[in-house]
Amino acid sequence: MYVAVKGGERAISAAHAWLEETRRGDASVPELAVAQIEQQMPLAVDRVMAEGSCHDRFLAALAIKQAKGDLIEAAFLLRAYRTTLPRFGASEPLETARMRLRRRISATYKDLPGGQVLGPTFDYTHRLLDFALAAEGEERATGPEASAPVGEAPRVTELLAREGLMQRERDDEAEPGDLTRQPLAFPAERPVRLQNLARGDEGFLLALGYSTQRGYGNAHPFVGEIRVGHVTVEFTPPELGFPIELGEIGITECQMVNQFKGSRTEPAQFTRGYGLVFGHGERRAMAMALVDRGLRARELGEDVTAPAQDEEFVLYHSDNIEATGFVEHLKLPHYVDFQSELENLRTIRKSAEQALPEAAE
Amino acid sequence: MDHMITADTEKRRRWMAVLARAAADEIAGLLATLPPLPAHERLRAPETGLVMVRGRAGGDGAPFNLGEMTVTRCAVRLGDAVGHGYVAGRDKRQAELAALLDAALQDPARRDALMEGVIAPLATRQQAARDAEARKAAATRVDFFAMQTTR
Repeated sequence: MYVAVKGGERAISAAHAWLEETRRGDASVPELAVAQIEQQMPLAVDRVMAEGSCHDRFLAALAIKQAKGDLIEAAFLLRAYRTTLPRFGASEPLETARMRLRRRISATYKDLPGGQVLGPTFDYTHRLLDFALAAEGEERATGPEASAPVGEAPRVTELLAREGLMQRERDDEAEPGDLTRQPLAFPAERPVRLQNLARGDEGFLLALGYSTQRGYGNAHPFVGEIRVGHVTVEFTPPELGFPIELGEIGITECQMVNQFKGSRTEPAQFTRGYGLVFGHGERRAMAMALVDRGLRARELGEDVTAPAQDEEFVLYHSDNIEATGFVEHLKLPHYVDFQSELENLRTIRKSAEQALPEAAE
Repeated sequence: MDHMITADTEKRRRWMAVLARAAADEIAGLLATLPPLPAHERLRAPETGLVMVRGRAGGDGAPFNLGEMTVTRCAVRLGDAVGHGYVAGRDKRQAELAALLDAALQDPARRDALMEGVIAPLATRQQAARDAEARKAAATRVDFFAMQTTR
């Protein structure tokens, strides 16, 4: 129960003014431009777009600035903003096989069509703090260019599927459920689960994905493929009746290859866990793919024994904006609630004290 | 895709795709080098909204809703033609310029000059940027070599 409390206005307004001052920090240090955040903290921008479930680099950067770098608060701001905009419709499904690749690696095949393309990665860096970055006016590094560009590359999962060793995805063109329109219902279909995971908290997904590797869910995953790059988004405006290109967005896709021991109707084969996220978010896409595969236990007739296989547990707790709302609401006045708890406790104590001498007799 | 796409529609799709990837200043800059277009009428003022981006489970399975993106649209009339602009992001000027050019490009009398003066140079720049990125990616492709056993 919440009680309307008056008298806090002055304190709140002073708190907000101070918040604003602390957001800016020391005035002798130059202020960050939104464009600087967008350009120089691109991975923070990507995470806010993914968890805010809204692709707009500038808005995500603005939200990061306003939130003083609190990325969950920034995602919250982005989610709140999107509710002010009309929905024009849904895009054609992205053709990730036609991705303009910046990075594409496979842990299952060394030599594969299209090759291993590392792209701009932290992998193989030594994780030593680079004090040169603290110096002003550093020299700008540029990536070298090869004489021939990379082209499109076939999917690893398709190579396996052609051999009959990888379960094919169901080619179902049903209208997918949409969590922004309908609340979660169980059992949840895979499209709804994927939407939930795509906007889920990265830390939560990472921990759950990790748990499947450590024995909670019996996963034996391989990274069939990770690809990072740009895909064209096509949309069919009703007034035109044919699909047009809206532009390109950055995307990361992960295909986890997992064992499946077969069932009465299906032979032993590999199955997929799938991750797809806005921007460059490999850790996030990999964790999503692990959890997606975990949540397919019911559909594949596997025992549901671990947290990452429990769809109610996973899907109800993945959203960091809902989670932060419910956890942080505990800060709000609960004076009357607590008063009644106090009364209750005093009554219990009192009756216990009265009962004691009687029991002793 | 099960849409019927005629050759004319395909041309239109192509110029709209180029305009959707071009900054407003770039479009305006190239347009300024050509004789000015007559005044257009706004049928739908530039408006920012959202498109739900869809992916497919496993990359090629059932569609799912990945998340939304901001999109700005605009519709204009120029003579008999109605032009539409739908562009990623929130740039209203870009959406209106895209709609205006979409209308103007539908007029056979104007098309060649606009294709040559605006669309082709934009497409060339965009292709060059894509190529440069794809060559950088290619420079990070691993060339495996077998380790030689030495004594």
